[in-house]
Amino acid sequence: MTELFDMPSDLQHSYLGLVALHLREALIPVLAGLLVALPVAQLCVRVRWLYPPLLWVTTVLYAIPSLAFFVVLIDYTGLSETTVMIPLAVYSLVVLVPAIVDGVRSVPQETLAAATAMGFGPLRRYVQVQLPIAAPAIIAGLRVASVSSISLVSVGMLIGNEGALGNLLNSGLSYNQPRLVWLSVVGTAVLAVLVDALLVVLRLLVTPWMPRGNRKNTRTRAVKEAAR
Amino acid sequence: MIRIDSVTKRYPDGTVAVDRLSLEIPDRSITVLVGPSGCGKTTTLRMINRMVEPSEGTILLDGADIQQQPVNTLRRSMGYVIQNAGLFQHRTILDNIATVPRLLGWGKEKSRARARELMERVGLDGSLAKRYPYQLSGGQQQRVGVARALAADPPVLLMDEPFSAVDPVVRKGLQDELLRIQDELGKTIVFVTHDIDEAVKLGTMVAVMRTGGHLAQFAPPAELLSHPADAFVEDFLGADRGIRRLSFFPSAGLRLQTAPIVAVDATAEQIAAHDTADAPYLLVTDPNGRPLGWSEPRDLTAGQIETGRLLPYGRPFMAGTDSLRAALDCAVLSPTGWAVAVDAEGRATGVVSQQAIGEAIRGAHAERRTDDTAQKVAP
Repeated sequence: MTELFDMPSDLQHSYLGLVALHLREALIPVLAGLLVALPVAQLCVRVRWLYPPLLWVTTVLYAIPSLAFFVVLIDYTGLSETTVMIPLAVYSLVVLVPAIVDGVRSVPQETLAAATAMGFGPLRRYVQVQLPIAAPAIIAGLRVASVSSISLVSVGMLIGNEGALGNLLNSGLSYNQPRLVWLSVVGTAVLAVLVDALLVVLRLLVTPWMPRGNRKNTRTRAVKEAAR
Repeated sequence: MIRIDSVTKRYPDGTVAVDRLSLEIPDRSITVLVGPSGCGKTTTLRMINRMVEPSEGTILLDGADIQQQPVNTLRRSMGYVIQNAGLFQHRTILDNIATVPRLLGWGKEKSRARARELMERVGLDGSLAKRYPYQLSGGQQQRVGVARALAADPPVLLMDEPFSAVDPVVRKGLQDELLRIQDELGKTIVFVTHDIDEAVKLGTMVAVMRTGGHLAQFAPPAELLSHPADAFVEDFLGADRGIRRLSFFPSAGLRLQTAPIVAVDATAEQIAAHDTADAPYLLVTDPNGRPLGWSEPRDLTAGQIETGRLLPYGRPFMAGTDSLRAALDCAVLSPTGWAVAVDAEGRATGVVSQQAIGEAIRGAHAERRTDDTAQKVAP
């Protein structure tokens, strides 16, 4: 069993080490993207005309191949993890900014009016009312951004072996070892599913106030019981 | 007192929402702003808590210009209730109600204790405290909205069409509840609605506004119904204002007759004794005195009264508490043309004919006229 997870020595990591590295390289950019997206999205909500051109810019950035990004960045950040993570952070913006803007805009007008009328200042209103109500939309954006980031990290293999599980895939191909290829591909997929599931759990935890569709469940149960 | 002094609201595109409006809103009473959509009533309300800033004119709260106060302090001193309640969907009912106390820096426990107290005051069951807004009905949400507005015990309550989005039965309940709460708390309430019936029912004073932000008339509801200032107000009040005005005339003065009432177990002599010439019908009651229905005297045989064959008696009115409008409605509903008066336990206390009600109405009108003349002479 231990042989299954044995790694070629040139990867300089155990399998779990590679998994941890992969997660770090995938998720730090998403967090950085979220930190940038929050104020940018708020700016787009306040200054309405800014949103369409900004969306256009993020989409164009998303269309730039990561390889081209790396070539430019190598001059500044070298063959490092940072070079891999910067494009990933930029890519996450294309999902996160619209997610937050739509989420914040979906807060009902009367809720906002009530908050203002009760004496909430703009900042307090944003943090205590708009963001919590936008949470489901923001987490939905985080799910897409995280999963795509996890799959994109592998490309880092092209610059100085910074691809984590992507490096493993490369090793498997060059040493002609299907075991390593499987470990890489299945590992990446499992990571993506786990992170996605964690975010779903997080959403359930932070939104006890959302209708859970209990009625539907009880109806299905009733139908099943009737069938019996 | 809130004093609105020749206030105008003009938007950058030139639209005038409110035009040189002056109003004195008395303390501890309900002032209703009513009018068709686009008459500037909501704009006027929102200028009182500075959600809209006037272009010209001033608004004074107890003699002080509201422009001179920090805006959030001003808003926290005024409760605000809107259509659909505008509850925070992400907070529990208790935390929704505790919002303003928390903003004012009260402790968590004190705020929540206060919130519980208010849930009781507005008629919400304590078991709802930990629920979220989506789990409540529209009427319950609106009660939470009222409780939230009252939480910090503000002297002023601003209500913007708060009951428009609920069904008529629930709306009536909420209106009655508001009147009851107002009796207990005596807030200065400014209430916006497009529904003239709601205005007449709730308002101590009613300001009728017309499109373009002009004040058409500012008067107590009874005066509005009896003396509309112009054709616009008359039209806005609707076709049956005469009938509706009867809501302001008490039924206490009606001469109730007890002679045409017989119990279902009455003897032949008792029936004969009740059969008097001036009442063509007899009201049959159950042994406890609750009305069952009408019958012609000759159809009644002692010991064999079939309750199923009696004529319906419509909807009885409460003698003394209900208005002449309720009494008249009752008489019109009954096929016999007679209204049945009941006490709090539902026992028939008397019957009265349409004719007698008509006389009472004429009498009440005559009395009002004398009052009006007296008022005009007095100052």
